[in-house]
Amino acid sequence: MAVEKMSIAKALNESLRLALDTDPKVLIMGEDVGKLGGVFRITDGLQKDFGEDRVIDTPLAESGIVGTAIGLALRGYRPIVEIQFDGFVFPAYDQIVTQLAKMHARALGKIKLPVVVRIPYGGGIGAVEHHSESPEALFAHVAGLKVVSPSNASDAYWMMQQAVQSDDPIIFFEPKRRYWDKGEVDTESIPGPLHKAVTVREGSDLTLVAYGPMVKVCLEAAAAAQEEGKSVEVLDLRSMSPIDFDAIQTSVEKTGRLVVVHEAPVFYGSGAEIAARITERSFYHLEAPVLRVGGYHVPYPPARLEDEYLPGLDRVLDAVDRSLAY
Amino acid sequence: MTVESTAAARKPRRASKRTSAAKKPQSSEPQLVQLLTPEGERVEHPDYSIDLSADELRGLYRDMVLTRRFDAEATALQRQGELGLWASLLGQEAAQIGSGRALRDDDYVFPTYREHGVAWCRGVDPTNLLGMFRGVNHGGWDPTTNNFHLYTIVIGSQTLHATGYAMGVAKDGADSAVIAYFGDGASSQGDVAESFTFSAVYNAPVVFFCQNNQWAISEPTERQTRVPLYQRAQGYGFPGVRVDGNDVLACLAVTRSALERARRGEGPTLVEAFTYRMGAHTTSDDPTKYRADDERAAWEAKDPILRLRTYLESSGHADEAFFTALDEESETLGKRVREVVRAMPDPEPLSLFEHGYADGSSLVDEERAQFSAYQASFADSAEEGK
Repeated sequence: MAVEKMSIAKALNESLRLALDTDPKVLIMGEDVGKLGGVFRITDGLQKDFGEDRVIDTPLAESGIVGTAIGLALRGYRPIVEIQFDGFVFPAYDQIVTQLAKMHARALGKIKLPVVVRIPYGGGIGAVEHHSESPEALFAHVAGLKVVSPSNASDAYWMMQQAVQSDDPIIFFEPKRRYWDKGEVDTESIPGPLHKAVTVREGSDLTLVAYGPMVKVCLEAAAAAQEEGKSVEVLDLRSMSPIDFDAIQTSVEKTGRLVVVHEAPVFYGSGAEIAARITERSFYHLEAPVLRVGGYHVPYPPARLEDEYLPGLDRVLDAVDRSLAY
Repeated sequence: MTVESTAAARKPRRASKRTSAAKKPQSSEPQLVQLLTPEGERVEHPDYSIDLSADELRGLYRDMVLTRRFDAEATALQRQGELGLWASLLGQEAAQIGSGRALRDDDYVFPTYREHGVAWCRGVDPTNLLGMFRGVNHGGWDPTTNNFHLYTIVIGSQTLHATGYAMGVAKDGADSAVIAYFGDGASSQGDVAESFTFSAVYNAPVVFFCQNNQWAISEPTERQTRVPLYQRAQGYGFPGVRVDGNDVLACLAVTRSALERARRGEGPTLVEAFTYRMGAHTTSDDPTKYRADDERAAWEAKDPILRLRTYLESSGHADEAFFTALDEESETLGKRVREVVRAMPDPEPLSLFEHGYADGSSLVDEERAQFSAYQASFADSAEEGK
């Protein structure tokens, strides 16, 4: 048995180590990823063991990091790029959207871009501006990219393995406030495909869909609802592009009610897409309108206000109640 | 020729006046490397020499003539409605053929969207360049066949791809080199600055080949820089050199030297090929709105093809039969390009959904199925109507 209890941070570190060990073409690139091991220590010890040629400290220039990663991929490498914080990705947004996402199609499939862009994302850590954002919809909207986020240590380990093996560019959002949450990881058994949702709690009255940092909040909300006699199912979406609509549909056609939860603003967010598709697919099964719980249409607030901005247990339960009362 | 004579033919520059007021007056404009004068006279340069056979000289001439002929045909095809757009390289043949012929097969090229002459040198069939301008694809060639990457439209982005590719070459321990093409307008882009930084700190084997054709659509080079562009390299810690971009011999010699430097592990070089965009930015542009006719006339006197022809004739390296045969070859090329483009089919509607992802996507599969059913519904009604 190879089941170990480890934090999400450790699971990512172990997974990156395995990737470097397995495939000599895998590279890690980013600001401070070498000696320091990254500001969150996700790459801790990797440069020491694999050398500066494989774990590359880069100049402080995000567009340059992603742009050179594209060039390395064209040369046959499989770069894993670290963007230090969510709010710092935008200097690289042009390279990601106009080049990384489109180059495979531009070449009529003749070249592949196996680049993973790791982005620690989300709030709840009391940080200064630009350190707490959830920009996943800005990437999911772009054809050519795939967007995923693990919520637990096992997924962190295995989804990273799958992302590195993918021949498509993957934007890998890491829930930074959960980095130190521990869970069991079976390093010998692959749990399932990268872009499939997973039912993390069964229920019959209502479906909660979440991903990344909000899965834990939704599980807590489901437990609290249970005490009031409400049976809530929780789906961990895991992939925001593509989205496993079949799994959501199956659950909703069982429960009849759907609430989507994410930290990102609800306006044009993943919840909007899910609500629209599920309304189309399961109209006659719905007992209530699909509700969304998420950030507001305001810039991410100062840390002392983030508890008001972020969906917490009570806001999720409020939406559950509204749906059930409809 | 020095740049002074170039500057004299241009409009006075207010920016340079301010510069001289703010700083010590500069003694002279920078010299550019030249091996063949506009009059077709072969001259020597202390740092760059070249010794080409008559065969090789005729080859360079042929490359430039055929490239110009192809370019003229593409412009005509746009005017005839066969292409949606064309970006002409007219005037830049020497810069492209000279640098393109300096490359080895294992070197890798990252072009902008105007490098038709470099594509020619790489062996890319010129008709393959036209698909994207006709609108049947975004790039119709396999970049790995000729080590010639797809055209990049967003200005300057490809310099980072070239740098990353060069970093990979160095990792592989290969002695290939990489060349990134860009223009004077692109020199203002952050990606170009970042590619200079990355290539310098990693000592990447890349040559930055800037064709300064004096105009970024309607903006003159003075709107992009207050120093000669090649001097930017100094701030990043690698050499920069300005070459007469209308002198195919100098472009070949300077690029070859920069590529060899890269192969020796000595890092990047910036080459500024000082040239002129004789035509419009693209077929959608109207240069009469922003530049004077006499400027073009001054550059016509420095035409890259004419000067090599003069030299070939005066040196006896080519005879009349060569030029006559080349004229015929040009017309054959033009005819072939015309025929291929006119016969280029529109892609199948369902090909919309191909190549978005290498590993596929359930979302694309779903939308393909919907679109396919939607299309089939018309087929059904057509059947019913019979």
